Amino acid sequence: MKYIDEYRDPEKIKSILKEIETEVTRPWVIMEICGGQTHSIIKNGIDQLLPKNIELVHGPGCPVCVTPLELIDQALQIAARPDVIFTSFGDMLRVPGSNKDLFKVKSEGGDVRIVYSPLESLKIARENPDKEVVFFAVGFETTAPGNAMAVYQAAREHLKNFTELVSHVLVPPAIKALLSSPKNRVQGYLAAGHVCAVMGWSEYEPIAEQYKVPVVPTGFEPMDILSGILSVIRQLEKGEYKVDNQYARAVSKNGNEAAQKIINEVYEICDRKWRGIGVIPASGMCLKEKYADYDAGKKFGVSNIETHEPEVCISGIILQGLKKPIDCPAFGKACTPQHPLGATMVSSEGACAAYYRYQRFKTNI
Amino acid sequence: MCLAIPGKVIEIFEENNLKMGKIDYNGVINKACLAYVPEVVTGQYVIVHAGFAISMLDEEEAQRSFEAWDDFADRIREEGYEVTSAPLSDKKRKESDK
Ligand code: SF4
Repeated sequence: MKYIDEYRDPEKIKSILKEIETEVTRPWVIMEICGGQTHSIIKNGIDQLLPKNIELVHGPGCPVCVTPLELIDQALQIAARPDVIFTSFGDMLRVPGSNKDLFKVKSEGGDVRIVYSPLESLKIARENPDKEVVFFAVGFETTAPGNAMAVYQAAREHLKNFTELVSHVLVPPAIKALLSSPKNRVQGYLAAGHVCAVMGWSEYEPIAEQYKVPVVPTGFEPMDILSGILSVIRQLEKGEYKVDNQYARAVSKNGNEAAQKIINEVYEICDRKWRGIGVIPASGMCLKEKYADYDAGKKFGVSNIETHEPEVCISGIILQGLKKPIDCPAFGKACTPQHPLGATMVSSEGACAAYYRYQRFKTNI
Repeated sequence: MCLAIPGKVIEIFEENNLKMGKIDYNGVINKACLAYVPEVVTGQYVIVHAGFAISMLDEEEAQRSFEAWDDFADRIREEGYEVTSAPLSDKKRKESDK
């Protein structure tokens, strides 16, 4: 397929690997922020092809994994209401709340529907005027343009029966929080290509400067990821730290300004709790007061939420790049994709699920 | 969740006051919202995420990275390079795609 297959050419992959090998003289720790990149790295065995002194650690860039438990529980309560059609991207349905998931709510009679685009939820709302249609608006900056458009469009059409349960998160504040932690080991970042496609890369310049880390916007195919790693390594070896866009076919410095305009129209920055990590200031987006009528949290005022996270789960530490899934005692035993204990085992972009799917058990690492 | 894939715009139309398009992903055709790529015309490639084109694919930039990679590849052809863990053979890819 055009613009995909060419980025998987084994000979070119070998040649970028050789460039990396030639450049690297010391051990380095690099974090890929995005769960889509984690998936590609583990699936293609990129971490195993790299010289041994380059360690890749997996970042918190999986929206399914970081959506706070309180919000999942809130979604479960709303979805169980008889007057509600609850719509969501498919990967949220199996995320464990404190005692069930959305699939369970569906099997108990809740009207829970998977949509591919938030515009489909709007269509459902138009077609079911006697029902309340709620869309579970989770995601990073990549997903925000679509989720914002759904609200913007609902307001334009004066749709009264559409709301969003919003849990949007932002990448730059998370990178800053990780870099400010005394436990930080990460020396360079692969920034998430599709987040940058929307937001551009200029917002990473002050981060690269302040923390003296290379930040490299990177795509998702094997050659993209290896070029990202090569750029980080070259900079680290020379003591440089800048933003070097390695995904220029999709990412520009200022990003997609038309999309940013609608995002800023509908959402505003707020503090956000990240599952397993805690509250990161100014790291999320919420509906603006002007669009409060489209806020499912406000409309359905949920109550008595008491969250219970399984004690054994170390996904929060994994998402901070401090441990790997195989360090978790439950990995592949009590916790599998069929019976996930934590969100990082649910989403295909979660590090635990990627390690399980591509059989990264202790023996073959 | 941030999965986004490139596809070719083959038709442009309007729906509920939004610019929409039919996108061809190597034979699989699907609808996407084009409101965020207002300048796109049929025949161009866009990157689509959750039903929205979030970016136009810059073909010149794509060409530029290919040229850089071609240079690396020429170099290993001259210098020779054997990696022990054969990278990403087609066989491995097929297995892992399952
Ligand atoms: S393997 Fe399961 S229990 Fe362990 S950290 Fe991953 S999601 Fe949590």
